[in-house]
Amino acid sequence: MSTLEIRDLHVSVETKEGAKPILRGVDLTINSGETHAIMGPNGSGKSTLASALAGHPKYKVTSGTVTLDGEDVLAMTVDERARAGLFLAMQYPVEVPGVSVANFLRTAKTAITGQAPALRTWGKEVKGAMENLRIDAAFAERSVNEGFSGGEKKRHEILQLELFKPHFAILDETDSGLDVDALRVVSEGVNRAKENTDVGVLLITHYTRILRYIKPDFVHVFVDGKIAEEGGPELAERLENEGYDRYVGTGATMA
Amino acid sequence: MASITTDHSRAVADGAHSHAFGAGSVPQGSRAERLTSFDLADIPVPTGREEEWRFSPVARLQPLFDADLSGAGVTVTVIPAPEVKVETVARDDARLGTAGKPGDRTAVSAWNAFEQATVVTIPVEAVATDVTSVRIDGVSSEATAAHVLVRAERHSQAVVVLDHAGVATVSETVEIVVEDGAHLTVVTVQDWSEGAVHAASHRARIGRDAKLKHVVVTFGGDVVRITPDAEFTAEGGEVEMVGLYFADAHQHQEHRLFVDHAVPSCRSRVTYKGALQGQGAHTVWVGDVLIRANAEGTDTYELNRNLVLSDGARADSVPNLEIQTGEIEGAGHASATGRFDDEQLFYLQSRGIAETEARRLVVRGFFAELIHEIGVASVEERLLASIEAELEKSMGVITGAPALGTVA
Ligand SMILES: Nc1ncnc2c1ncn2[C@@H]1O[C@H](COP(=O)(O)OP(=O)(O)OP(=O)(O)O)[C@@H](O)[C@H]1O
Ligand SMILES: [Mg+2]
Repeated sequence: MSTLEIRDLHVSVETKEGAKPILRGVDLTINSGETHAIMGPNGSGKSTLASALAGHPKYKVTSGTVTLDGEDVLAMTVDERARAGLFLAMQYPVEVPGVSVANFLRTAKTAITGQAPALRTWGKEVKGAMENLRIDAAFAERSVNEGFSGGEKKRHEILQLELFKPHFAILDETDSGLDVDALRVVSEGVNRAKENTDVGVLLITHYTRILRYIKPDFVHVFVDGKIAEEGGPELAERLENEGYDRYVGTGATMA
Repeated sequence: MASITTDHSRAVADGAHSHAFGAGSVPQGSRAERLTSFDLADIPVPTGREEEWRFSPVARLQPLFDADLSGAGVTVTVIPAPEVKVETVARDDARLGTAGKPGDRTAVSAWNAFEQATVVTIPVEAVATDVTSVRIDGVSSEATAAHVLVRAERHSQAVVVLDHAGVATVSETVEIVVEDGAHLTVVTVQDWSEGAVHAASHRARIGRDAKLKHVVVTFGGDVVRITPDAEFTAEGGEVEMVGLYFADAHQHQEHRLFVDHAVPSCRSRVTYKGALQGQGAHTVWVGDVLIRANAEGTDTYELNRNLVLSDGARADSVPNLEIQTGEIEGAGHASATGRFDDEQLFYLQSRGIAETEARRLVVRGFFAELIHEIGVASVEERLLASIEAELEKSMGVITGAPALGTVA
């Protein structure tokens, strides 16, 4: 059983005009096996939270702490965080030309576990996971994310979630841009990971529809760089009906 | 159907990108009007301000501008495929000088200075069963001229690899004649040691339905300046020019190509990619493509990409497409120079891959596709090993540099 603890996290983003504060004191504790949904209007800082947790160099933590079973995550490099068991499924996965998916998956798996996976079982595992996610076998030889459709990129992220077996996964709008079938396939992938590895999940989303497939234990409403309200699954229902108006005044509603 | 595409990606490397472009008109300095001559007196020693020398370290090339290139600074050794004939001939051999005239000072100096030439002939309809290897080994730094002629006779097929190593100060001419229906691959590898200065004029003529694949690989040497010219002499010809270079601190690597679509219905593809790292690393790529008024049905595309791995390196990239007829199949070019892409690194690192390994993956990926285009297994393997070695010796340089910007 692991715990990811975020305490009073303040984060600024580096812009041409200087540092711009985005996160203004985020508190959140996630335990293994728990699923936390974060919902909030555009620009409220959800992706910033995800990027800061993963250690993106553009986002500077100005105060607060993040620990994983007591270990200081903020002191770790990006790759150390991944090896410690953090995984970020990105809102906009990056293309890496000339690096094949197969090579990428094997290299990353080797880095995370500290040893090369056994050739035969690894091949089978990758193939099986790709089949489950309805990813054509030909993708193994394609360059990472290059020319992938939005939905294919998201499925490739979840493929990694299943293969790398992290302790905590942050899924940044994995549901956006997916049609109903793809949403179901991707959700099944997340649920398999939950079942097989007891991963703790931080699910960032705009919409409640993914919450019909992936059941959250907790729902957090994210507004203006911090958590404005917390509750159980029933909070998502309310947001579906009422939008974010009550938190942000006028204008912002849920799409 | 005619289509013209351009894709001008802005360079971000020290504002070092320069770009000359002319289409549908004859701009100043049109390749159609560039002087070529066998006569030394016609092409004076450059000052460095001339269009074709403005990026070059002329002081370091000075020894090769001299008329006297009588040194014996290189040895030439050929290991031919069984079907291929090799001769050493005197300069008055009638086959020499048939692939076009010198177009700059180092080329004309080399033409006037060489005493013996190596002639590699792939006889009519012969299909070479092995690679023909031509080794040019630098043995001293006296200014030297070298001359190689590769002749692929009608309907023959072969792969010829020119390998340059050691230390030399050499001006080299490589004449390439691809007769009707022949398929020839010429690979030139510049793997010189530190201190080498190398100018090379490659002049190729491509006959009816003939195909030339011309591959340039430049890693070593202080100054390497290669000017591959390809001219079509009959319809149906095809040239594929592939280049790959990797410049370290204080190296100058220059590749100036010229594809002359002088006849209708020929096809050219130019793809050059380079990586740079370290203070004073400088690469220059100039791709001139001329589609003359009668060259209807031409199909051409040229691409240059540079990856700048550290501060203090500079990549110049100048595609130049001149089109004198509207009746073409297609003509396009693209040029982009970019820094290491932070987002790519972040993505790989966020999957547990350490920074040095992530950089390695990105650089290998940058070159991977091009390497597979070479189509000569032994060369591909060597190349991968060379890239690996470049990355190995320079990881300190790379990781010491701030990673900024994005790939254009
Ligand atoms: N690199 C950046 N440069 C400038 N501003 C940034 C940068 N990254 C984020 N921001 C700003 O920070 C704020 C929060 O952005 P963030 O992407 O975290 O929001 P989000 O909640 O994920 O929004 P969405 O729902 O649209 O994905 C926005 O106002 C955004 O414009
Ligand atoms: Mg976002």
